Amino acid sequence: MSKISRRKLITTGVAAVAGASGLAATAKVVRDYGLIPPDSGGLYGAGETLTYATQRLLTRHSMAREFSRSEISANPFANEVAPLGAEFRRLQTAGFADWRLTVDGLAARPTTFSLAEIKSFPMSLHITMIGCEEGWTYIAEWKGVPLSYILGRVGTLPQVRYVVYRSIQPDWWESIDMADALHPQTLVATGMNGADLPVPFGGPLRLRIPRQLGYKSVKYITHLTLTDSLKGFGKGLGSAAPEGGYAWYAGI
Amino acid sequence: MNATVPMTGRAVSSTTAPAATAVKRHTATVRITHWLTTITFLALLITGGEIVMSHPRFYWGETGNVNMHPWLNLHLPSSRDTVPTGYGYVLPDQNGWSRHLHFQSAWLAVATGLFYLLWGVFSGHFRHNLLPASSDRSIKRIVGSIVSRLRFRRPGAEEAWSYNVLQRLSYLLVVFVLFPLMIWTGLAMSLGFDSAFPIAVRLLGGQQTARSLHFLVTILLVLFLLVHVVMIILTGFRNRMRAMITGRALPPTE
Repeated sequence: MSKISRRKLITTGVAAVAGASGLAATAKVVRDYGLIPPDSGGLYGAGETLTYATQRLLTRHSMAREFSRSEISANPFANEVAPLGAEFRRLQTAGFADWRLTVDGLAARPTTFSLAEIKSFPMSLHITMIGCEEGWTYIAEWKGVPLSYILGRVGTLPQVRYVVYRSIQPDWWESIDMADALHPQTLVATGMNGADLPVPFGGPLRLRIPRQLGYKSVKYITHLTLTDSLKGFGKGLGSAAPEGGYAWYAGI
Repeated sequence: MNATVPMTGRAVSSTTAPAATAVKRHTATVRITHWLTTITFLALLITGGEIVMSHPRFYWGETGNVNMHPWLNLHLPSSRDTVPTGYGYVLPDQNGWSRHLHFQSAWLAVATGLFYLLWGVFSGHFRHNLLPASSDRSIKRIVGSIVSRLRFRRPGAEEAWSYNVLQRLSYLLVVFVLFPLMIWTGLAMSLGFDSAFPIAVRLLGGQQTARSLHFLVTILLVLFLLVHVVMIILTGFRNRMRAMITGRALPPTE
């Protein structure tokens, strides 16, 4: 009897220690790899965290599918946006010559770039799909400066973990982690299908993140902020999407 | 006519079990995974319907949007005014919580399914209870079972302890074909997943094909659910529910 109890005790002890160290190891991996999304709290936090953590482990360096020129959609659909304000109209009338992109936060050299400067930077092209959370998709050729190039220009500090970006449109802002910010396909896009980016598609300047849904590809961007924490932005959930009931991470 | 291996794997038959005494029918694993699947399936169905409501049109291939011709248009009022539906109004947007709950339920459904698969292989559940008995693996037997079903013949006593060949085939189809297809087509709609496993969406024929198949397989699963519930009502709702909740069932009285 006592033998069995002792064996049971030892087994239970070993299992408990293994379980505890397993949890500790998991916690360390989760911390080191940044696997917790900013909207991990609340009723659906568990699902969001599982999705974000799994996709981050699988997709840190994966590339969005690229398509052939013949697969470009003949009639791409520009989703509607809220009416563009007077400031946007003024800039548009001037041919966007005065459009500026300000980069601030944890940067060695915070800078405000003009549209002409951005267009003089080395450009990347990719033919990728844009997918909306509503279920529709189209394929286009996107042209832009890799965000990683701009982050290099301003001297991103090592503690930066997120890039927050804002539209000229009020209350339209998003953020991404460094896996997406430094990803070669993440562009500050200036062109589409061989022409300047049309206004309905986000011109003159749009962030383009082909591995996430369209709502992360914010149109009419004017402002990037480099940060080590999203707590101080809005309600601290990471971006406008979770404040409106949507997921911060939109790879699914 | 059918194999009489009891679900518990123990030698129980209507001759050894005294009438009106409840005997073992379903293991705890079958019961728990059954009800977890029920809850997650209903959550996925409702939220999936809500998500479809924002764009109730379906396409083949990689791309599809309101500027393209759908192969199927549900003609529902949409929750988006960018979709021309012929209705003069839009429904309230439910995609936020629907997408959250859809993916959270999907995680639970996948976890339940993986546990069930591993258990089913190692416990012999698939071999004994779902794979048709060798005597039943013939077209004649299958047709015979269909005819008996169509004539609304009362199932024999042995069917109280085991699944008949049609049940076995439909459960195998759901477990090994339809559920995996749902997961595959669901994952193929994820841009992040596609970047890691592009072959998953290429094999299906594109993002929009994946979405269309996800919808079509949903219809098959709903049909299965309807037939499943009707059969349970026809063969004794109380006793079948009792078996799936408590694990024990009364043997047939005839």
